[in-house]
Amino acid sequence: MTTKAAILGSGNIGTDLMVKMQERSDVLELAMLVGIDPDSEGLARAKKRGVEITHRGIRGLMDSPLFEEVEIVFDATSAGAHLEHAPILKKAGKRTVDLTPAAVGPFVVPVANLEQHLDATNVNMVTCGGQATIPVVWAVSQVADVHYAEIVASIASKSAGPGTRANIDEFTVTTARGIEEIGGADEGKAIIILNPAEPPLIMRDTVHVFFDGAHEGEVVDAIDEVVGRVAEYVPGYRLAKSPVFEECIDEPLYIPGRGELSGTRVTVFLEVEGAGDYLPKYAGNLDIMTAAALRMGELLAKGISHE
Amino acid sequence: MSDTPVIVNDCTLRDGMHALGHQYSVDQMVEIAAKLDDANVDIVEVSHGDGLSGNSLNYGFSAHTEREYLNAVRQVLDDTKLAALLLPGIGTISDIEMAIDCGIDTIRIATHCTEADVARQHIEFSRQAGLDTVGFLMMAHMIPTEELVEQARLMESYGADCVYVTDSAGALLMDEARERICALREALDCQVGFHNHNNLGLGVANTIIAIESGADRVDGSVAGMGAGAGNCPLEVLIAVTERMGLETGVDLYPLLECADELVRPLQKRPVQTDGNAVMLGYAGVYSSFLLHTEKAAKRFDVDSRDILVELGRRRMVGGQEDMIVDVALDLLE
Repeated sequence: MTTKAAILGSGNIGTDLMVKMQERSDVLELAMLVGIDPDSEGLARAKKRGVEITHRGIRGLMDSPLFEEVEIVFDATSAGAHLEHAPILKKAGKRTVDLTPAAVGPFVVPVANLEQHLDATNVNMVTCGGQATIPVVWAVSQVADVHYAEIVASIASKSAGPGTRANIDEFTVTTARGIEEIGGADEGKAIIILNPAEPPLIMRDTVHVFFDGAHEGEVVDAIDEVVGRVAEYVPGYRLAKSPVFEECIDEPLYIPGRGELSGTRVTVFLEVEGAGDYLPKYAGNLDIMTAAALRMGELLAKGISHE
Repeated sequence: MSDTPVIVNDCTLRDGMHALGHQYSVDQMVEIAAKLDDANVDIVEVSHGDGLSGNSLNYGFSAHTEREYLNAVRQVLDDTKLAALLLPGIGTISDIEMAIDCGIDTIRIATHCTEADVARQHIEFSRQAGLDTVGFLMMAHMIPTEELVEQARLMESYGADCVYVTDSAGALLMDEARERICALREALDCQVGFHNHNNLGLGVANTIIAIESGADRVDGSVAGMGAGAGNCPLEVLIAVTERMGLETGVDLYPLLECADELVRPLQKRPVQTDGNAVMLGYAGVYSSFLLHTEKAAKRFDVDSRDILVELGRRRMVGGQEDMIVDVALDLLE
């Protein structure tokens, strides 16, 4: 038996999630794609694929007879919009997977803590940069003390839709929080860069982790293992280079307002090639987000069907 | 040319942070800022080289917090206004709030020249907070003038008081600088500004061209103190504008003293048009990549010029310092 789901948001992320759910999931059945722009490409595509649509936002979904059957709602709108949607969905008893940086519910990152929040009514997928990088920070913190971790996410301009662009502060703030709360770093920082090069560049993520209490070999093994586990659901996720280590013992790292830290810095170069479900393969940032959200939605659905 | 005197914005204490690996002491900043105030410079910018919240492993950590720097400089400025820089994607609105708390008058919001729309929330917030708000379109050599005009119009529509043509790579030739400033001047009702780097030795010349083409604001740094071969050297610019009979209201002598006595002695690595700095302009690479590239070249024993050319070929934009080591490792193979 399948569980019915709806997707709020017909932009890049919502549309990619639609394609993935239809083509890759045996557990979830897409009941409706919800947009606010009748001319959006995503809604047109959904119609062509035989998916029910509305351009009247969450109101359009609630007014539809399908609403009652929907058990899981994926929100791929914006942080601001999700703050309005969250209480409505909660009241209606729908489980919600939030793909915006609103962070209403607990953060989930598949390899780190996917199964800890199966009872939550609302779970948050952090950000695309968070889904790509937090697994590495988390892996290092399983074998070492991580004092500081920082990520630089570089994405192709074409893969950043209006929602991402209008919410760039939410991206950096939410990703940094995720690095701390799920990644296990004492302090996290996130930077995002949009690059308009043509042909578009594949998503790159650089993760700097400052740690002590582990040998290089242990850290390398932990990183290799986690990269393999992420690649199970995002096949285009890989190390672009071997990790680069730098000892900071004789010359400790000085962070203003915090003081000196001594330890080792490791830099991890990741490349995320998408499956090309909706946008072309350069848009690995969409893929890692929608693939992780789909996995979470499927786990929630299995929980529901057992109830 | 505009009838009102051009507004002079000094970057010694922001872009100059790049040249020092972000290591000014608070006392050094205060001494330089006081001298700039003596010289009647209109605006002094103080921030991490990569803007507020630029402190990071990727760009380098500064010696003090931004709050310490801004508070200290605020106290010694009399008529001169205080500015901060912010790059959306690195810093956030909460950093602007911190800088407002420290007493800034002006905020400059910088994006890559094709990505103006990521600055909307920051420009709108800053205008609402009553700040003099500037949009900064970086790496302006990378797109044709018509596209730059479209992006400038976006920043103006969000409420910017001034939009800059920012030649972050010091790559614009003289006609290219003229064409861009003229086009923005023609298309916009708000002010137009120009910021550049001296990588091809055109720092002063292109800034004069910008003024002649109608720029309302121009940037410079004392002794060029900025990334790459530095910014337009402010004291040289003022000497030239005086010879031209252009009124700026800025005094030459205090700037000359500031350059010779305060700033140049701090330059452990001279800020000059040497081989690697010229290559930035030649290859069209973000100027603050210079020191990071030299470090990577030494560490991995590859030619820094090869790294810079490859970064230019890959069309890397401001902020992608992480790709320097990536390129160096590729060149090793």
